[in-house]
Amino acid sequence: MNRLSKAALTKAAPQLLSLALILFLNYLAFPGFFEIRLQDGRLFGSLIDVLNRGAPVIILAIGMTTVIASRGVDLSVGAVMAVSGALAATMTVAGYPVPVVILAALGTGLLCGLWNGILVAYFDLQPIVATLILMVAGRGIAQLITEGSIVTFNEPGLIFFGTGSFAGIPMPILIAAFLLFVAITVVRRTALGLLIESIGINRSASSYAGLNSKLLLLVIYSFCGFCAALAGIIIAADIRGADANNAGLWLELDAILAVVIGGTSLFGGRFSILMSALGAIIIQAMNTGILLSGFPPEYNLILKALVIIVILLAQSFSSLGGWAFLKAEFRSKGAKR
Amino acid sequence: MTDNPSLLAAEHIGKSFIGMKALDDVSFDVRAGEIHALLGENGAGKSTLIKVLTGVYRPDAGVIKLDGQAVNVRDTQHAQKLGIGTVYQEVNLLPNMSVADNLFIGRQPMRFGFTDRRLMEKRSREILAQYDLDLDVTSDLSRYSVAVQQLVAIARAVDMSGRILILDEPTASLDSHETEILFAILRQLKARGLGIVFITHFLDQVYEICDRVTVLRNGKLAGSATTEVLPKIELVSLMLGRTLAVATHNVRRARPAPKVRQFSFKGLGRSRSIAPFDLDIGQGEVIGMAGLLGSGRTETARLLFGIDAADKGQASIEGKPVHIRTPREAVALGFGLCPEDRKSDGIIGDLSVRENISLALQAQRGWFNRLSRREQIALADKFVRALDIRTTDIEKPVKLLSGGNQQKVILARWLATSPRFLILDEPTRGIDVGAHAEIIALINQLCDDGMALLVISSEIDEIVAYSTRVVVLRDRVHRGELSGDDITTSNIMQMIAADPEGATA
Ligand SMILES: Nc1ncnc2c1ncn2[C@@H]1O[C@H](COP(=O)(O)OP(=O)(O)OP(=O)(O)O)[C@@H](O)[C@H]1O
Ligand SMILES: [Mg+2]
Repeated sequence: MNRLSKAALTKAAPQLLSLALILFLNYLAFPGFFEIRLQDGRLFGSLIDVLNRGAPVIILAIGMTTVIASRGVDLSVGAVMAVSGALAATMTVAGYPVPVVILAALGTGLLCGLWNGILVAYFDLQPIVATLILMVAGRGIAQLITEGSIVTFNEPGLIFFGTGSFAGIPMPILIAAFLLFVAITVVRRTALGLLIESIGINRSASSYAGLNSKLLLLVIYSFCGFCAALAGIIIAADIRGADANNAGLWLELDAILAVVIGGTSLFGGRFSILMSALGAIIIQAMNTGILLSGFPPEYNLILKALVIIVILLAQSFSSLGGWAFLKAEFRSKGAKR
Repeated sequence: MTDNPSLLAAEHIGKSFIGMKALDDVSFDVRAGEIHALLGENGAGKSTLIKVLTGVYRPDAGVIKLDGQAVNVRDTQHAQKLGIGTVYQEVNLLPNMSVADNLFIGRQPMRFGFTDRRLMEKRSREILAQYDLDLDVTSDLSRYSVAVQQLVAIARAVDMSGRILILDEPTASLDSHETEILFAILRQLKARGLGIVFITHFLDQVYEICDRVTVLRNGKLAGSATTEVLPKIELVSLMLGRTLAVATHNVRRARPAPKVRQFSFKGLGRSRSIAPFDLDIGQGEVIGMAGLLGSGRTETARLLFGIDAADKGQASIEGKPVHIRTPREAVALGFGLCPEDRKSDGIIGDLSVRENISLALQAQRGWFNRLSRREQIALADKFVRALDIRTTDIEKPVKLLSGGNQQKVILARWLATSPRFLILDEPTRGIDVGAHAEIIALINQLCDDGMALLVISSEIDEIVAYSTRVVVLRDRVHRGELSGDDITTSNIMQMIAADPEGATA
């Protein structure tokens, strides 16, 4: 166990170091960065803000990790967020009770994911193409639902999921943490984790071994759709409305990025949901930092690109045995002297 | 000829991977105009040595000399520039590109700054004609069988090798005709003064074509000699470090036919794949399946195991009709299949030995009934010991094992499910002499324990040794069956080759 956790820590070193560095820079830019205070029974502070703002991408990244591990990708999550948000807002305005609204929105996300899964598993479309369809069509569907306007609502029961808190902790953080816990437990306590990695690495060989790879893909994509819908509800609840055009825009890329920063390869296989969540937090910490420092947001994109390059280089370096190599070089040089 | 100076030499090479020494003070050289066999057990370090020579790996110690000059082979491209053409054991081709692209990638003939496809395709056809291959060079490589792909890889390497050609188990998936063609080409190249390194587990081929042998054992040099002065028995003991009665495993064992044949397939067939056939097999029986490459053996296995759906016929077990449309359904009925193409259909490369061995059993138990880590470790330990899988650690990714040991891992994966009916497609491919004998002993033992086995093999001696019945295929049709004392090498050969009813075309 000790050996295992030590190995895991070594593997996570590039991400943890990057996060520490980014937090430190944030602190330099904004000395109050680490301050946390309790106000009206809710925690406030920049750190809390990072987690709170990051929650939707964390949730997306959880679903995206399983998709990417199966050697796929889901480009439609941003659009699915828009669809679920639009549905939630429109139904709320129409007077449906909150539980019904939430179940309907989550169910829609599940169906969207199922559709992607069918295209990938049964029609053998390439995931990037299969999910592109819904990425484009999804926004259209969301607009049809909202009839082209921005729908706003004032239902406290729904708004609670975006801005409420429980035991001092904002709801989005709680939801993300809960989903994270459940997802990791399910994936590692059942055989699903192994089987997902297996089909991601070699689907043909997995089928020969008797895996039901088609059903598994359906489940994976459905889960990803579910996560997207959940993120969509949180965002809609946060802004008290649904904007079919802008809700979740480009977030699929953030989600993919979070997974990649977390160290799951786009070629599928070994994955870590926890590390993807860490990736999402890194991304959000950067966003917040730039905002706090007062740089124009354009810098954000460039900085993001830089940080990503650094993390990816560090990763490929260590996976190529770079550290071991350096150590050996160092030793042999030392020995010669 | 043996006095020729060495062309390519490796001196005192050492190479370690995490936790193990794959090569330890190994010296090896190949001279102009000789074919040099590099032999050793699975995991002895043969492929690693080749990779060091061709710049895939950097040696930790030692030097590589070309024409007596020390060279630092930077990478595979550099090796090619130095005139070394190589076919690695895990053939690296691009299945989604055309045959011609695969032959010429990285060195396409150019015209006005563009690839001259016409010339490239013409040259491709010429090259392949030397191998008796008449392919559509514009179609995707993946359309062709493993054997053809292997030949394409060889043709590419031969065409590129100016001075040295290295072949790592090139004949593992070739039949005797194709092997003969390859050997004819090798003899020509040898006469032209090329130095050729040839890795194989078929000792007969060593004596047929090689001038010298070098044997590795556990990463160390075990010995080197000219073929003429080294009797086979000595060669084997050099490889294994112990003596092995070479002949014993190919002695035929008579076995009574089972009273009931539980597994019955009637008129099973699939258009454009395999003509309808009947097959009955009972527990405690081994059916050998012989035939040339492309004769429909693998297609038969795929049909029985539900990888391809049968469009005709009916399967039944103990008289009850069953439907087998996917491997999953086959596995649920207690079937298992070790596929022919280990890399694409067998191993899950990045997963560990432990996970690879547990996989089929886990799939059978379902998603929610996870084998605990402890159970997986116990399972893996058991089979690593039983099949003598050489690995430093059961947590090692299986792709880092040597080829023959990967084959054993897949076998272990199926044995772990305790199947009732096990199909083995070329189970001894790439397996060393010692392990070969062990696998045949294992087949016999599984059969004695009451398993039903269907074994596809290109090695007829082997089929004769363990089969209760032999099915012979030709041109995608089951041509006939031999049983009892009729199972002899010559009978099988005749049925494979001859056309008893005259013309079938
Ligand atoms: N990249 C690697 N990392 C770690 N271990 C490796 C790596 N490559 C090879 N090995 C180990 O080195 C040893 C030698 O492997 P190698 O592939 O050279 O064997 P081989 O003689 O070619 O065997 P075979 O006949 O089965 O092909 C094996 O134990 C293998 O597990
Ligand atoms: Mg090898």
